[in-house]
Amino acid sequence: MALYSDKVMDHFRNPRNVGVIENADGIGEVGNAKCGDIMKIYLKIDNDIISDVKFETFGCGSAIASSSMATELIKGKPLSEALTLTNQAVTEALDGLPAHKIHCSVLAEEAIRNAVKDYYDKNGIDYDPDMFKNCNCHHEHDVQE
Amino acid sequence: MKIYADNAATTSTSKAAIEAMLPYMDAICGNPSSLHSFGQEAKEALEQARADIANELGCTPREIYFTSGGSEADNQAIISAAKFGERKGKKHIISTAFEHHAVLHTLDKLKKEGFEITLLDVHENGVVTAEQVAEAIREDTALVTIMYVNNEIGTIQPIREIGAVCREKKVPFHTDAVQAVGHIRVNVADDNIDMLSLSAHKFHGPKGIGVLYCKLGIPLVNVIEGGAQERGKRAGTENVPAIVGMAKALKDANSNLDCDNAELLAKRDRLIAGLSEIPHSALNGDREKRCPGTVNFCFEGIEGESLLLLLDDKGVYASSGSACTSGSLDPSHVLLAIGRVHDVAHGSLRLSFDSSITDEEIDYIIKAVKDVVEYLRNMSPVWRDLMAGKRQFIL
Repeated sequence: MALYSDKVMDHFRNPRNVGVIENADGIGEVGNAKCGDIMKIYLKIDNDIISDVKFETFGCGSAIASSSMATELIKGKPLSEALTLTNQAVTEALDGLPAHKIHCSVLAEEAIRNAVKDYYDKNGIDYDPDMFKNCNCHHEHDVQE
Repeated sequence: MKIYADNAATTSTSKAAIEAMLPYMDAICGNPSSLHSFGQEAKEALEQARADIANELGCTPREIYFTSGGSEADNQAIISAAKFGERKGKKHIISTAFEHHAVLHTLDKLKKEGFEITLLDVHENGVVTAEQVAEAIREDTALVTIMYVNNEIGTIQPIREIGAVCREKKVPFHTDAVQAVGHIRVNVADDNIDMLSLSAHKFHGPKGIGVLYCKLGIPLVNVIEGGAQERGKRAGTENVPAIVGMAKALKDANSNLDCDNAELLAKRDRLIAGLSEIPHSALNGDREKRCPGTVNFCFEGIEGESLLLLLDDKGVYASSGSACTSGSLDPSHVLLAIGRVHDVAHGSLRLSFDSSITDEEIDYIIKAVKDVVEYLRNMSPVWRDLMAGKRQFIL
């Protein structure tokens, strides 16, 4: 379909890293079923390296593809690098997303940041709270009734 | 296998309609307004088509106005009734919450001009009642406009009874019958209809052509100004080939109505039964009061766009009322109107087919939908939470 790039369709049809990590070191969940998209990221951390990552997504084609691509981009990388992952990087790696689907890549970025924060919180690791403040999500998740 | 299951969006133009149209694209290419023979031949075809369509609808040819389609007909009908109502100090319009946007957005525009709009509840089964209409009619009601068949869920409204109520209370009654004409029996006289919109491409006619039926004595205002075509009520050179094709398609559709087609009804029921086997799913709209070719389901825990894309990969072409496919943040207003909450409305699927569908194709669709729903549920955190009891099932 012309709506999405071949890259998006590839990651949608053959998503990488789908699933759950039992006893994950960090879990991040963002989105809202009311809005039609929820992403959940599971991280396995060894010596500050993301040794494994899995995702579950309820959402449209670009939400699934964004999750898949985002997990590929951080797998095997240090946490510090995962925290620099932007939604633009996810979108570019997918050869672009339609304008009204950009929020899917934002969700992927946020889910990863939330998972890292969860890991820090669980392990009592100090961090600069400002690192997790800059949510640039343009998507209104708390839609009115 | 390739199965087109989106006939409520549009149908293929029938071979017979195409054949009927062709001469009016070259050999008889005249403008019906021209006095020469070429023009007059086109004029004859135009008037024959008008007479044929009038005959199919149960009205006179003078009551048929050709438009660009259902949306234009809806706009003109509603705006006309509003303008003439306003002259008598009547600025109240009754409709339903699940009309097509051609109706709802026109009503929104009138609301900004000071009209009061009452949108009737369509209940969980997607059917409004004549009693609701009777109760809602006021001294200042200028129009009742209620669709014949809902385009997303396929439920049939009690148009004849609603029309009778409107006649009794002397309120003009318009129906958007775009999804009804050519599929179920529609007769404007029997059904007490004052104004009706139809669109040819929903019954195997060409796209871009439709009709506004307007009963004699009900005044119309122009939406498109210009020449004196359509008795001065709709300017623009008539699309003669499309009009001829529409008349042919309508005659053919009415001579073999879907609602009389027992095989088609059995196939629809087979599809409903098959999809109902999927746990935590629900048919949208009344089980009985529905048109023959439309089936709409919600599946909990998944989202409709990914469902459509994967069905497309399997050769099943359908549609959904999810937010992602509507291009807005909200899922279909029709599903919300019948009380589906956002969470499950996002996971909807509309399959709409014509009489050419086979049992084998129905079985293929059932299998494909089952497989895709299961696959998507297996990667859905919502489904995991539902299964783990962390979230309550809605369906």
